[in-house]
Amino acid sequence: MTCEPKLIVTDLSASAEDAPILRHVDLTVNAGEAHVLMGPNGAGKSTLGHVVMGDPAYEVTSGNIVFDGKDITGLSPDKRSRAGLFLGFQAPVEIPGVPVSSYLRAICEGRAGTGDMKGKQFRRHVQKLAETLDMNPAFLDRELGVGFSGGEKKKLEMLQLLLLQPSLAILDETDSGLDVDALGVVSRGIEAYRRQPGATLVIITHNTRILEHVDIDAAHVLSRGSIVAHGDAALIDDIDAHGYEQFAALPVAC
Amino acid sequence: MAQQRTHVDDVDRSLYDVANAEDPTARFEAGLTPEIVTEISRRKNEPEWMLDFRLKSLDLFSRMPAPDWGPSLAGLDLDDIVAYVKPATDQQSDWNSLPDDVKNTFDRLGIPEAERAYLAGVGAQYDSELVYHSMQDAAAKMGIVYSGIEEALGDPQWEPIIREKFMTLIPPHDHKFAALHGAVWSGGSFVYVPAETRLDYPLQSYFRLNAKGAGQFEHTLIIVEDGADLHFIEGCSAPKYNVANLHAGAVELFVGKGAHLRYSTIENWSKNMYNLNTKRALVDADGDVEWISGSFGSHVGYLYPMSILKGDRAACSFTGITFAGAGQNLDTGCKVVLAAPDTSAAVETKSISKDGGVSTFRSSVVATERAERAKASVSCQSLMLDDKSRSDTIPAMDIRCNTVSIGHEATIGRIADDTVFYLMSRGISEEEAKAMIVNGFAEPVSKELPLEYAVEMNNLIKLEMEGAIG
Repeated sequence: MTCEPKLIVTDLSASAEDAPILRHVDLTVNAGEAHVLMGPNGAGKSTLGHVVMGDPAYEVTSGNIVFDGKDITGLSPDKRSRAGLFLGFQAPVEIPGVPVSSYLRAICEGRAGTGDMKGKQFRRHVQKLAETLDMNPAFLDRELGVGFSGGEKKKLEMLQLLLLQPSLAILDETDSGLDVDALGVVSRGIEAYRRQPGATLVIITHNTRILEHVDIDAAHVLSRGSIVAHGDAALIDDIDAHGYEQFAALPVAC
Repeated sequence: MAQQRTHVDDVDRSLYDVANAEDPTARFEAGLTPEIVTEISRRKNEPEWMLDFRLKSLDLFSRMPAPDWGPSLAGLDLDDIVAYVKPATDQQSDWNSLPDDVKNTFDRLGIPEAERAYLAGVGAQYDSELVYHSMQDAAAKMGIVYSGIEEALGDPQWEPIIREKFMTLIPPHDHKFAALHGAVWSGGSFVYVPAETRLDYPLQSYFRLNAKGAGQFEHTLIIVEDGADLHFIEGCSAPKYNVANLHAGAVELFVGKGAHLRYSTIENWSKNMYNLNTKRALVDADGDVEWISGSFGSHVGYLYPMSILKGDRAACSFTGITFAGAGQNLDTGCKVVLAAPDTSAAVETKSISKDGGVSTFRSSVVATERAERAKASVSCQSLMLDDKSRSDTIPAMDIRCNTVSIGHEATIGRIADDTVFYLMSRGISEEEAKAMIVNGFAEPVSKELPLEYAVEMNNLIKLEMEGAIG
């Protein structure tokens, strides 16, 4: 495995409506690695994912984000996506009147591989991916997210992950609210993604169950907007056994 | 891309904006006098009763006040409007017989192409007169009549029927612009579908107003006899001028027992147009009228198609979308009169406003004492694309029967930032993301339109959206 940095976050601070949420975060993820970002509710984990993806709801007040050696701090989210970044949403949106099939077509437009496929070929490709995720092929004709169960929404996120083949995927609480079966499907999706050469993964979670199926290279703990601990997979077991209490007493950056 | 954003409104309109030169001799003096009205009638060789009708309407018009409850009509000076502009051709049934500029106009709008592809008949009006009318032989053999209404008025077979029905649903005393229509109406289509006759392909009339500062006052009269079935499509557009143009057409629909009529409209007048159109349908027992309506153009619009359900179990539905952009104040909606037992009405509308556009949805549901067990559901959803725009819902209900069931639902929303971010995070540009959301919002209406129109509507929305940004 190479040790080329895929993502370097340096001194990143961000606020929403003038309230600081992230404080001087440093994080490096090397290409091909799988990291986990943990922390109690409200620590800023999702915010970090959204800021890396370029969510305009947050203002970057210090630091920068370097992806594949390029500073992307000022780049719009669509350009970050086209550069190979992906954020799996904790709460995917609903867009009435937009069929899943045409939405998937739109997100692949102009991309190498899927963007060149003819209509039928594309549909077959999507259906094949859907099968691996135990999705009913009828979902393609439904309206995006409308009437989807929590599990179906998360599966659709995984489907897009496999379809877009990003070089870095940040999965924000993809495991939350899932039953055991759906969790198994999502795990399979993550494994399928990891088999792609160079696939780099950051899993944001506050429980450790989903991690049983993934080999984790590094773990980070975020608390009150700052990274308070870096470690390897052993850190996960530690948190599993002792919770986040142990980090609460640590000083955080201001 | 940036350049496209800046100029896209022009690009969008170019299709509609090509104005042809006018023949000045064909143009009447501006303003409205008994002399002008008499001259219109004389040129058309009308029966005496129609001239009387016109003059009485003109008298009413001069005495009635303009509406003061809707968008401002201050920019519309009726003394400046030219009531009658005769195109430089007689009516033809072959596109190639038309003058080149007129033919090219309809070619650009894709009318002959649509006729070949999926229409059973086409009428095309240019300024004050129909310049083209044609129907497939198969439809004629079924006994279906589709002709210019003036032509039908000159035919002894149809003259009494027109006399019996003309402006009975929209009487001249109804409102000032109905009176105006009664005085100066010109052109329009007459359709008669005999009982138990079903036409599988739509008929379409297209209204093009080319003349600057003119009014278009076409009259559409459709009779669908018992058990018959018709889909009628109406399209309209005009090039943009810097003076006001006026459209005050009238549409009267008579739907027989167990008959079905679908009436689809895509209105794309230019943004100097005052669209003060009136449309009404009278529906007999077990009959059904379906209105499909897309309003995109006009500077000011007042448009509330009305369904009068006079027979038991008669039904109507109204599916409409209004898109109000910069400088537009579109007051649209519909009216329903439940006048018999077990009648039903379903209204679903969408409105979109952006760039300071004003969109008002006005609905009126009246249930008479006879409307036992009648049902009506009214739903209006509005989407505002920015803080400058405005959207209102004004529902009115007059229920005089206590077994009636009525539902009303209105929502006003905005494009959510998190939805745009979600789409952008998957590689879709901001413009495309917004267009996708708006098209999705409009989808319940666009899917009801004939395919060609649905595509046109989607393109209009896309272009309007691109113009909205930057």
